[in-house]
Amino acid sequence: MSDTKFTKDHEYVRLDGDMATVGITDHAQSQLGDVVYVGLPEIGKAVTQGGEAAVVESVKAASDVFAPVSGEVVAVNGELEGAPSTVNEDPLGKGWFLKIKVKDKAEFDALMSEAEYQEYLKTLS
Amino acid sequence: MAETTAESSAEQPATEAPGAAAEPALKTTPLHGAHVALGARMVPFAGYEMPVQYPTGVLAEHLHTRASAGLFDVSHMGQAFLMGGDHATTAKALETLVPADILNLAPGRQRYTQLLNEEGGILDDLMVTRSVEEAEDGVLMLIVNAACKDQDFAHIAARLPQGVRLMRADHRALVALQGPKAAEVLARHCEGVNEMPFMSARQTSFDGLACHVSRSGYTGEDGYEISIKSAHAVAIWSALLRDGAVKPIGLGARDSLRLEAGLCLYGHDIDTTTSPVEAALTWSVQKRRREEGGFPGAERVKRELAEGPSRKRVGILPDGKAPAREGTEIQAKDGRKIGTVTSGGFGPSLGGPLAMGYVEASFAALGTELDLLVRGKQLPAKVAAMPFVANRYFRPPAGSAS
Repeated sequence: MSDTKFTKDHEYVRLDGDMATVGITDHAQSQLGDVVYVGLPEIGKAVTQGGEAAVVESVKAASDVFAPVSGEVVAVNGELEGAPSTVNEDPLGKGWFLKIKVKDKAEFDALMSEAEYQEYLKTLS
Repeated sequence: MAETTAESSAEQPATEAPGAAAEPALKTTPLHGAHVALGARMVPFAGYEMPVQYPTGVLAEHLHTRASAGLFDVSHMGQAFLMGGDHATTAKALETLVPADILNLAPGRQRYTQLLNEEGGILDDLMVTRSVEEAEDGVLMLIVNAACKDQDFAHIAARLPQGVRLMRADHRALVALQGPKAAEVLARHCEGVNEMPFMSARQTSFDGLACHVSRSGYTGEDGYEISIKSAHAVAIWSALLRDGAVKPIGLGARDSLRLEAGLCLYGHDIDTTTSPVEAALTWSVQKRRREEGGFPGAERVKRELAEGPSRKRVGILPDGKAPAREGTEIQAKDGRKIGTVTSGGFGPSLGGPLAMGYVEASFAALGTELDLLVRGKQLPAKVAAMPFVANRYFRPPAGSAS
């Protein structure tokens, strides 16, 4: 049973046990436009909540992807190197960035639910 | 355009132009309503609210322009006429401000040049066209950058001799049609334009509406810029878009297209500190002007031509896939800073990252290995020839046109 939460920086994090899959939301990919490069961290890297975890670049701009939760990077989506546009096509599925072994589940619990994130998006427009 | 596009981020809402609140009086072009109706994402650029992209996105717009024909609204650019009693009078007046040979510009021909300051730095770059009409002998059409137009026109007007005057053409719109299908598309509306050579211009009519067409552009492709009364802008924009080969293209793709073509963006790749020699624009300073001088900063230009400049604008290809953006530090292989990236990103037609920037002259040779400092990491790169994507300008066989 997995649960998905969202950040104000437009990352999503899906939790299965203590394994968090992180990517950017559909809103984020549509704002960025065509993704042309994804820079992923090394496996084993320790990340802290709100710290830089990856980089995503569109034709127009480079943006940081922040770690929604603290922990250790245990997997990265190497497919994105050859096919960065997957982030546009399937951000919540095949377009995931990295997996983090979560240190403190309370960090996850405090993030926005999907409904809360949708409400948050409305405040931006 | 990089000011708006490079700084836009995922946090910014689509429907509102970032920074618009701080710029209460954004100007609009006569095609503003057409862009909004097409679903364009509008952003502030050079004091105007302009389309950065349409719903298809920058990548598709870029590739469409290279494959077919792209239509650009560039009405924000500054258009003006410089008028004197005859060509020699007007040309000599302009030659006191720019390093190009304007005197020997033939009727109906166009030339790229720069307004220089006394130190030989570039105040702006511009296109100068000599009217082909005999009745308009002594008229030069100038097209300058949007962000510089007020300063440029004030600068020029303040330095004209008696008998030469500058008339702004703010009542005119400007659209560009660029790409391999531009000629066949435009020829359906403007007879004979497919025969015009690159960098020539003429008065003609578009479906009966008077316009001024030049065969030039900012993409590296064959194409045209069409100057027309603002009142007729929507009519020609709509007529061109009805053609299946044509799609509207925003400022985002305009930037990636010009970068692949190795063309400078004012305020980024050239500015008041860079000379035409440093900027690798010496091809635009013709022999007579190099010898005679008589333009602002001529001493610096002559000296740099003779001795070589201390730094030079070069093309740069990163070895890997990560783009290096404007402002990226360029290092020699020993870690010493030798320059800065002035434009950089991803080239959709190239299929990879590309950049241009200034390096110390001893590092400017093609193939020189460099490092780009991206997010604290040294990414290997090489000095590369520009354009990154081959130009496809239309130059008829010798003898058929001047």
